[in-house]
This record gives sequence, structure tokens and C-alpha cells, in this order.
Amino acid sequence: MTSYVITGGSLLGEEVADLLIDEGVIREIGKNLKGDVVVDAAGCVVLPGLVDLHTHLREPGREDAETVLSGSRAAAKGGFTCVHAMANTNPVADSAGVVEQVWRLGREAGLVEVRPVGAVTMGLAGQNLAELGAMADSAAAVRVFSDDGKCVYDAAIMRRALEYVKAFDGVIAQHAQEPRLTEDAQMNEGIVSSKLGLAGWPAVAEEAIIARDVLLAQHVGARLHVCHLSTAGSVDIIRWAKARGINVTAEVTPHHLFFTDDVVESYDPIYKVNPPLRTAADVEAVRAGLADGTIDIVATDHAPHPSEDKDCEWSAAAFGMTGLESALAIVNATMVRTKAMSWAQVADRMSFAPAQIGKVNTQGQALAVGNPANIVVFNPDVELEVVPSQSVSGSRNTPYGGHTLPGQVVATFFAGKPTVLESELV
Amino acid sequence: MKHLLSATDLTRDSAITILDTASQLAAATAQGVGKLPPLRGRTVVNLFYEDSTRTRTSFEAAAKRLSADVINFSAKGSSVSKGESLKDTALTLEAMGADAVVIRHHSSGAPHRLANSGWISGGVVNAGDGTHEHPTQALLDAYTLRRHLRDNNGDLSGVKVAIVGDVLHSRVARSNAILLQTLGASVRLVGPPTLLPFGVETWGCEVSYDLDGALDDVDAVMMLRVQRERMNAAYFPSAHEYSNRYGLNSARAARMPEHAIVMHPGPMNRGMEITADVADSKRSVIVEQVSNGVSVRMAVLYLLLGGTEGTA
Repeated sequence: MTSYVITGGSLLGEEVADLLIDEGVIREIGKNLKGDVVVDAAGCVVLPGLVDLHTHLREPGREDAETVLSGSRAAAKGGFTCVHAMANTNPVADSAGVVEQVWRLGREAGLVEVRPVGAVTMGLAGQNLAELGAMADSAAAVRVFSDDGKCVYDAAIMRRALEYVKAFDGVIAQHAQEPRLTEDAQMNEGIVSSKLGLAGWPAVAEEAIIARDVLLAQHVGARLHVCHLSTAGSVDIIRWAKARGINVTAEVTPHHLFFTDDVVESYDPIYKVNPPLRTAADVEAVRAGLADGTIDIVATDHAPHPSEDKDCEWSAAAFGMTGLESALAIVNATMVRTKAMSWAQVADRMSFAPAQIGKVNTQGQALAVGNPANIVVFNPDVELEVVPSQSVSGSRNTPYGGHTLPGQVVATFFAGKPTVLESELV
Repeated sequence: MKHLLSATDLTRDSAITILDTASQLAAATAQGVGKLPPLRGRTVVNLFYEDSTRTRTSFEAAAKRLSADVINFSAKGSSVSKGESLKDTALTLEAMGADAVVIRHHSSGAPHRLANSGWISGGVVNAGDGTHEHPTQALLDAYTLRRHLRDNNGDLSGVKVAIVGDVLHSRVARSNAILLQTLGASVRLVGPPTLLPFGVETWGCEVSYDLDGALDDVDAVMMLRVQRERMNAAYFPSAHEYSNRYGLNSARAARMPEHAIVMHPGPMNRGMEITADVADSKRSVIVEQVSNGVSVRMAVLYLLLGGTEGTA
């Protein structure tokens, strides 16, 4: 087996050392190491492979938008070695059969570890629990359950789901959206929505569900994960819950770290996303929450859509934006360059912590001798313009087209094998 | 001015130019010279995704009086009802050589998309988009106000206008709140709190929940259409309670200064936001608004299309 040596990179942005990869593991860390193939990482940071807890791979059902293979390619290009494939496919991933299919497709693609997320309720309808135990016991070994795209709005169903998955150390990842407060909602409810005449999506619709769910999690002693938290009030509630010892974790997306709802003034549906882009005060709060650990992880909510679903008027457009390929550059722009976070903290928020929440044993490991070689080499100093047509995802709906973003993934190693070298897919 | 998408596209001076032009075109029309020639050979498409006899015929009359060729393209019974996207419809209109597209659409921002997505090269006029804006309605309202209160001259400095009713869902209210203030008027928005938009305090208008207290000092009252179905979404308890609290009846109209006028963009719900006796009273200028609409739309099309080619 070919061995690889990553030379001159800064491990977690700290010590500079060479790293020898052989037989799927990190064989040696030190100076002047030799290997069959040299990856020059001078000036780069070396991080553990990124783990995304929130990815839409669209297969089965919407292969015109993304497949497990094309999504895996986008993930690898973005420095990920593990993604969690959301359950809102067609058919819905609410049975052992579907999650095993997605899991197998991931193995066949072989570019990242694809961990299927199971639906909480049958057909995401919020009425009857899906066979959570069967999905947990399947070959896919599901540990994260979510109706993402829809909220588990019924408090009794949510309570039972939280309780039930304790039997196999699962977690319910909630898409917090009170449905009655968000009927026909198009964007964040605020000054901009009023001006644009677009039906508003009030922050309270997210916060009310999170407040309810942390109390439910406390009551039943279960683990709760909050998807794509987007408001300042949500950060406050999570902070309060953690102070009370409630077992809750939370994620924020790169786009909620980057954009405010002002961009919607263009009426360009590339910015239409669920939850919606919020105000500058919210962006500031989620950044602060991520930096101080109130928000545990960054998750992409990579949501590919075919062009016809975005090349239209706002209300007709689909919600969602791609994010795998740009995630690390956005975190660099919003958190590292602003001095809010170190690279070691980035490794925690984008690798260690998401692997722990998802109970993925093989991922999110320290850069230490003997550990699986899931690694990303990132040059934080290059400035690159995002060109949507160059995306390797099956879809082009990146909101960063035309933006110049800082940093580029130079190399990604998945279980010791390179998936990206010299910034290109292998 | 390439497009007219929002009242925010208009400065004080450009708005006054439109009003002055409308006034000249109205005078020329009144002289009975028949069709005016300036848009001969130009094609104006009325692209209507919502039923609106009033606005569509107003634009059609405006374009025809300027000798433009008019194509009416309504969503019903057309390729749109077969699922054609806005983009494909736009590409079709472009291929047919539309010089200007007048669009009415149920989706807020659809005119912006039409104008800014590179689908068509002609000018775009927003004839009402969702709950966003209806800038030519605001222009015709400004024209009407100016005629009655400022002798058809200059701006609207010092004019006080109350806009009453469902501001939240009203594109007429949004465009008027912007344009009337651009022209120097002061605007008071009146309605139940449920029908006033989030953040309305940032609009520069006075806001009131009490119609009775909002009429004593106004020069004009603009009543907004209120859909009865809104009560099903709990915006108000019943049509009865709505008209009791926010309807303009003759007792309330009597509180207005003698010179003050009553406006309504139509279509009216008589008995809901306005009683028949007020709608038909002497101070009502509702019918005149309609004829002013044609003049103002003539001015907009004339200025948008340059009015040079084919001018005699």
C-alpha cells in the first residue's frame, strides 16, 4: 500500500510536523519523515477529517439534484471524511431497508463515510414513530434520527422519540420550526420581510420549539440535538439549558454565520433557505455561541437543488443551498480570520464534536499515531472566487457564487487513502 | 429609468416628472386628438398572473392611446396554466420582441426577477406583485392627491394622508407609504395591530390603531381593501367587528376636515371597509382615481420607452 507523508503542515494550527500515513492509519508524526508520496503542506493547517452531521444527499428519489456519489465527491472536496445523510429522501429513510441502501451506496462511492440519518416518524408525517430500533440495529447502525425539513411538532411524539432512542444511545436532531407560526413563510420576519412583502418566519417559531424540547429532554433525561440554530434567542435558550445540565447539543450552518437577510432584497432565490437567513444581531450571536461552545458544531445543511428550482420567482423556489465545498472557507472567513476561534477549536466544532454526537467511532479522532488517517490539509491563505459551475456537487445552488472566499482544501485523506490531492479529486 | 419595480425607484424629481407628464398627456387626450403617436411600433406586453380587469385594462388603454401595440398575456388558458415557468414565458416574450413588459404576479419580487435575471432586455413595469408593491397605483394616488390638494403642481409637502386597513397584505399601502413621503406628504397608517407589518415603526409613518382619533387633521383618507377571509386566520374576529372599528362610515367621514377626500384603490368591499354612502359621496374621488390611472400609466410607459422612435 502506498504511504503518504504530509510535510510541513501545522497540526491543528499549532505545532509544525510531518505526518506519515500508512495502512490506513497515522503511522508516525515527526520531522523529516519519508513516504512514497509527499503532500507539501507548508503554510497549511492539518485537521482531522471533517464530519458533517447534516447533509442532504437526495438519493433515493432526487438523483437529478444529487446522488450519494456526487454528494460524496463534494464532501471530499470540502475536506469531509464523514457525512450524515438526511432522511427526507423519496422514499423517506424511515426503515432499515432505506437506511441500509444509503449506507451501501456510501460504501460503494468510498469517498467519505456515509452515515444515514433515520426519520423520527413514518414518512416524516409527525404522527407515528418510525422503526427507530430496526434502523439502529441495521447494518447502517443509525444513531441520529431526524425529520429534518419538518419539525417533530407534536410534543407527545417528541417526548416519546427522545425517550425511545435512549435504549441505543441515539439522538433526536430536531428541525425547530413551529408550523402554525410559519405557514407560507418565505424569509426571516423582520424589517426586510415587511419591506419586501414576503411572509415572515419569526424567530419565535424556532425558539419556542427549542425551549419546549430542552425541557422535554430534561424531563426524560434524553439527548437532544438542535439542527441549524439561527437566532440570538435560540443561542440564549441553549446556553440556559446547558447551564442547567440538560444534555443538548446544537449546530449552526456556515451560511447562518455568513449572510444576513439583507441579501434577500435581490429577490434572488439562491438565498432562500430553511431556516431563513436572519439579522446582523443573530449572525453576531451565533458566531459568539459557536466560539464559546454554546453551539457545539458547524453542520452544512448542504441542500442541493436542480437549477429550475432556483431559476424562478422567489415563492416558487425551493429552500436550500449547497455548502459542503465551501464550509471550511466560510468558517475561516467568519470565525478564524476574525480571531473568534483557533484552528484547534475548528477541529472540535467540525470533527471531534460532530463525531461524538453522531457516535461515529472511526471519525473525529485526534491527529495521533495509530489513529485512523482521516485528515484534511487546508491552505487558509489563498483567496479564491467561487464559480458555481465548477462545483463537483450534482447541483449549482451555492450562494457564494462571485464571492472571493479565503482558503482551499489541498488534500483530504479518508481512511488513509487520498480523496483529494493538489485540490482536485483523486 | 429602465424599469419601474418599486416606489423606491423614484426620487422626488422623477416622480414629479411622471406626474407632470401624466398631466400633459391627460390634457392632450382631453382635447380629443385621439391616439397620440409616440409609441408607434413599440410592443407592450401585459403579463398578468392574477385576474385584474381594472389594472390590465388601464395599462392597455394607456399603451393604446400612445399608439403602442399591445399583447395581453394572461395566465389563465395560456401556457402558464400548463406549468410554464416565468423564465420560459419571459424568454418567449423576448423572442417576440417585447419592448416593455407590464407584469402582475402573485409572488412578491417576480418583477425584480423578470428585470434582473437576464431573461429579457425590455423594460419591466410592476403592476402589483404579491404583497410587495404597486408603484403605478401610488403614482395615480399621488396624482389624484396633487390635483385636489395642490392644484396639480409640485410635490405634496404638508399633505396629511391616512392609509387605513390591511397594511400588512397591501402592496398599495407599501408603495404609497414610500412615494407619498418621497413627495413630502406625511403618512399615518391605521389598522388593527394584526394587520400592521412587523417593524412598521421604521417606515417613517405615524402608526395608529384608532381610526376615530386619526381623522381630524387629514387631507385624505385612503381605505384599503380587506379580504373577508382574513378573519379565518384570526387577523380580526369578524367582518362585523372589523367594519365597526375600521370601516369608514358617514359618521367617521364627518370627522374629517371639509376639504378632505376619500380614496380607495378598488375593488371595494362595500359595507366592509367603506359604506356605500361614503363611497358615493361628494368627497369620494374613487372613480376619478381610475381615470387618473390611465394618464399616469401613459406617462410611465412614455418615459420608460423613451417615446422617441416613431414620434411624429
